[in-house]
Formats: sequence, C-alpha cells, structure tokens
Amino acid sequence: MTRLSLTLTPVIIIGVAIILAILNLATPATSALHVSDFVVGLAGKYLCYALLALAVDLVWGFAGILTLGHAAFFALGGYCMGMYLTREIGARGVYANANLPDFMIFIGWKQLPWYWHGFAWFPFAMVMVLVVPAILAAVFGFLAFRSRVSGVYLSIITQALTYALLLAFFRNDMGFGGNNGMTDFKDIIGFPLNRSSTTTALMVISAIFTAAAFLFARWLVGSRYGQVLVAVRDAESRTRFLGYRPEYYKLVIWVVSAVIAGIGGALYVPQVGIINPGEFAPANSIEAVIWVAVGGRGTLSGAILGAVLVNFGKTVLTGALPGAWLYALGGLFILVTLFMPRGIMGTFGRRAGAETSLPTAHEKQGLAAIDGKAADLAEAGADIGDGEKTA
Amino acid sequence: MNAQPIGAVSGDLLYLNGVNKTFDGFKAINNLSLTLAKGEMRAVIGPNGAGKSTMMDIITGKTKPDTGQVIFSASTDLTKMDEPAIAKLGIGRKFQKPTTFENHTVWDNLLLALAGDRSPWFTLRARKQKSEAEKIDSLLETIRLTDHRHRRAANLSHGQKQWLEIGMLLAQDPELLLVDEPVAGMTDAETEQTAHLLRDINRTRSVVVVEHDMTFVRALGVKVTVLHEGSVLSEGSLDHVSADPKVIDVYLGR
Repeated sequence: MTRLSLTLTPVIIIGVAIILAILNLATPATSALHVSDFVVGLAGKYLCYALLALAVDLVWGFAGILTLGHAAFFALGGYCMGMYLTREIGARGVYANANLPDFMIFIGWKQLPWYWHGFAWFPFAMVMVLVVPAILAAVFGFLAFRSRVSGVYLSIITQALTYALLLAFFRNDMGFGGNNGMTDFKDIIGFPLNRSSTTTALMVISAIFTAAAFLFARWLVGSRYGQVLVAVRDAESRTRFLGYRPEYYKLVIWVVSAVIAGIGGALYVPQVGIINPGEFAPANSIEAVIWVAVGGRGTLSGAILGAVLVNFGKTVLTGALPGAWLYALGGLFILVTLFMPRGIMGTFGRRAGAETSLPTAHEKQGLAAIDGKAADLAEAGADIGDGEKTA
Repeated sequence: MNAQPIGAVSGDLLYLNGVNKTFDGFKAINNLSLTLAKGEMRAVIGPNGAGKSTMMDIITGKTKPDTGQVIFSASTDLTKMDEPAIAKLGIGRKFQKPTTFENHTVWDNLLLALAGDRSPWFTLRARKQKSEAEKIDSLLETIRLTDHRHRRAANLSHGQKQWLEIGMLLAQDPELLLVDEPVAGMTDAETEQTAHLLRDINRTRSVVVVEHDMTFVRALGVKVTVLHEGSVLSEGSLDHVSADPKVIDVYLGR
C-alpha cells in the first residue's frame, strides 16, 4: 500500500485501455500493431472481473469477511443491464413484439410483469444496477452481522445465497428468461453492440470505472473508517468494548462492495452479450476469491492484478487445454496459500513503508479451510455448468 | 430506569446484587453481591474458576446474567445493554490477554480508542485534529511509549502491549476501569510501575483489578474481594482476608 501504487494503478489501467483503443481504432486491420476487437473485448471483460475482485478484496481484505457469494451481486447488476438491453431490442426480436421480450412470448405471457417496468429507460436501469445489489446486500448483511455470524459460517451463508439465486433464476416463471437468460442484444443507448467503436468504448468505460472504484476504495480504507474496519477484522470483540458497533462497520463496506460488484456485472453483460443464471454459480464467486488471493489480499491493486492475470491464464489455457483449467485453478490456489499467502502485491509490492495487513494466524487458518472447500465447490460448480449445457 | 433500585446508594458506582449465571449446569456466578464506591479501587482475587472473568463479562455486557441486578451509577441497569452501549457509558475493560490492534501503530491504537463519536458516518469524515494529537501525546507519555508511537502494536513486547492497552483504556476516558491481570508476564520493575500507574489513575477514576500476583495486590494497598465458586468469600484489607480461615482454606493455604 505505497503512495506510488495510489497513482500508478489508475494510470496503468487507463493508459493501457487508451493504448488498446488507439491501436484498435486508428490502425488498419492489416497493420502489425493492430489490436483486434476480440482482444479489446477480452480486456473489457477482465476489467469487469477486476471490479468484482476489488469488491471481494474490500470485504475480505479489510473486514475479514470471506465472501463466497459475491458473484451474486455481479450477476444482479448484470441482470439489470440485461433487462435494459432486452427492452432495447424492441420489435427487432424474433416475434417482432415491441412490448414483450421474445422469451416471455415463448412461455405464453401476455403482459410485461410489473418489475420490468422502467427498464426500457436507460437511466432507470442504471440506478437499478446500483440499488438492487445494494438492497440485497443491506438486508443480508444486516441480518447476518447483527446476529454476529462470522467466519466460515458466514462464508457458507454467502455461498447459499448465490446458490439460492442460481436456482431461482433458472425458473422460467421468474420472468428473467429461465436458464437461457437474456441474449441477442442489439444496441446500447443507440450504439450497435457489434460495432468495434462500441466495443472499444465499453472497454474504456470499464477502465474508467475500475480506476475510479480503486481510488474510492483506497480513500475508504485510508480513512479512519478504514482503520476501524481493520481493527474489526483483527480483533472484533475488542472494538465492541471500545464502543464501536462492528455490525454497522461491516454493513457499510458490504453494501459498498456489493454495489461495486454490481457495476462490474452491468459493464460485463453488453461486452459478452449474454446474461444467464450461470453467473450465479458458486464456482464463480470462489474464482473471484482466488483472483484476490493470487494478487494479494488487502492490497486493492493486487486484486485488480490478480483478476487480470488469472483470467488471462484462463483464456490461454481454456484455448489450449480446455479440460485442465479447473485443475490449474485449484492448484494455483493451493500453491498461493502455501507459498505466497500474501499474494503478488503483498509479497513484492511493499518494500518501503510497509505497514498494513499481515495475515494473522487466524486468517491463515481460514484460508486453509477454504482451500479444502474450494475443491469440492469447484467440482459442484462444474456439475452445474454441465447441467446448464445439457438443459 | 428512573426508580432507584433497592439497595443501590447514590454514592455507589457499581452495584451487583444476587447475580447468578449458569453455563451448562456449571454455576459460574452464584448469588454474587458486590458494591464499589465512586472513586474506589478494588482488587479482586480468587482461584481459577472463581468467576472473576465471568463477573467482568457480566459488567461489560458480554454475558447476560440469569438473575440479579447490575446497576451502574445508581440508576443504569447494565443487564439491558450490550457491549458498545456499556463502553459508551464509561466502563472500560482491559483483557487478561493483551488485545490491541496488531496491524495498527501504537498511535493509531490510541486514536481509535479516544473518546468520541463511534459511528461509521463520523469516522468516514474524521480528520486529524490537534486536540486529539495532544491527548494522544500525553497518553503516550503516561504509558511510556512515546518512542514507540510509530511501531506496529504487533511488534511491541508483552509488557508494552499491556501498557498500550491500559493507554487505550484511558483514551476512552471511562469512569470505571476493569483491569484483568494487568501485570501477567511483566518483570518486577514493570509490575512496580504498573501499580504506580494504577494508583495514579485511581485519583480520578474508579478501578477494579483482577490479579493473581499478591506482591502487586499488596503494592496497590486497597480493599480486596476474594471470590470463590462464584460468590464473595471474604472482603477487607489484604491482611484481613489473608487471616480469614475460609480464605486460607480455599486459596492462600494451598
């Protein structure tokens, strides 16, 4: 957590995004320097993952809440955006009905359900991107933190939360497209999604949001609030005897984190062109935890780095050896836990003035416990993924 | 709670009456009654399992008693409140095992303990203030950690951590301090200094000290309460309780 990383991280994120944008838009496709739409799209996707990783790092790294369900907030943000994009299709759908999305006509619905109203209007949908994850996080967090649920128990409930949402969103009568979700989007506020300028713009916007979320998170953890939060992480009951209410401190960061994850999901959907219940899969949330562990828990910049590096590895490896990815991911997590418990940024990123967040014995234990669980869950996640394909 | 509870006198700071607490059939506190006057310092001794820590837990709201009264300042019923509320009321607690915020510096530990608004909304906007810095400087002086103020609490020696926690207690500006084994693991010289420090603190605040170290209790020179099996066995000066045959039987005579 050096002062250097405070300026360097946003500069690198925005800088790389702009360079990629220029190389994509200003060079001819035949040029050796040309960056394809595919690469720009990948970069944009990684940045959305980086937002999710930042969200996870805020609660895990600074409040000690090991969330195994953060993809739920990401997916909810994504669904809000998906609903807008679906309404934006209008009469260009297969059934050419301007009032009803294709999947609703397909299951015989005559009317738009009440909760879809307003989503045709972009500003409303964007507010919902923030509000929906925030409300779920606020209710869940209030109940969990007030009851003093913590540690592995809390992790398991977060996992149950995302799993319950997965099952709910699979159902057709939820009105979100069932297991197919929503896809075949045409454009976003008038810009066609298949145009390379739109792809590039979305990637740059993702970079701006990632940099902004990073700076906001840094301000948050650098404030006295952040100091109390770390105190809660390290010695929760002590803070109570000092007169602090840890449940409120956790609730604030939990809701902020959910909103950041939701923004990540909302940016993700137009770039990948689909949102379906698979995004709620428990394995997704666990992957996000692994990104943070690899990059360096409690460093923020490490979360971004971890998300980008691990996902780059995933892109390469799933291309070359599709079956090996889950094993590689599990192995990576075990290796990081054993040999680099502070992650990349935690190990290399702090030479001078190092002072924050050494993992305590208690936290290391938690990490190891999750290690064992991750293997089971990854397997379960793979099963769910398979089910989805055959369905 | 407007009506004055029976037995509590307005000069009493802390009043426990007929308190009972059972854990899984084990009577940790058994009809315990104890009164602490304003400005008093009291030493509480007793063998392991006598209920000393449970008594602290009950006073600070960590544990709710099954029956009995726990009254602070003659009018506030502590059994109805939780830990943060009781802390804000002016009761500070030091744990047996020194509990500081290991990843924070000595300075920041004191800053977080400093009396003030505890809400997230306040701490989000809090700026460094001169008045705070002055208070922390003077606390550092008192607990003799001025030279260590920029060190992480994790890197302090055991004795220094004990002192830092006492400093954090003082930063809270409490009316009553509950101090659990403050000299455990300290050298003789440190023990001596701690006794001096507590006597100093006692000039303006009430103190309850739980301690095993008899030399230390003698150095404090205050009224002693002996706990045994969850209730008061004997009370009086150290010489008085030391001579009490009941006490010799269960504790000192072993």
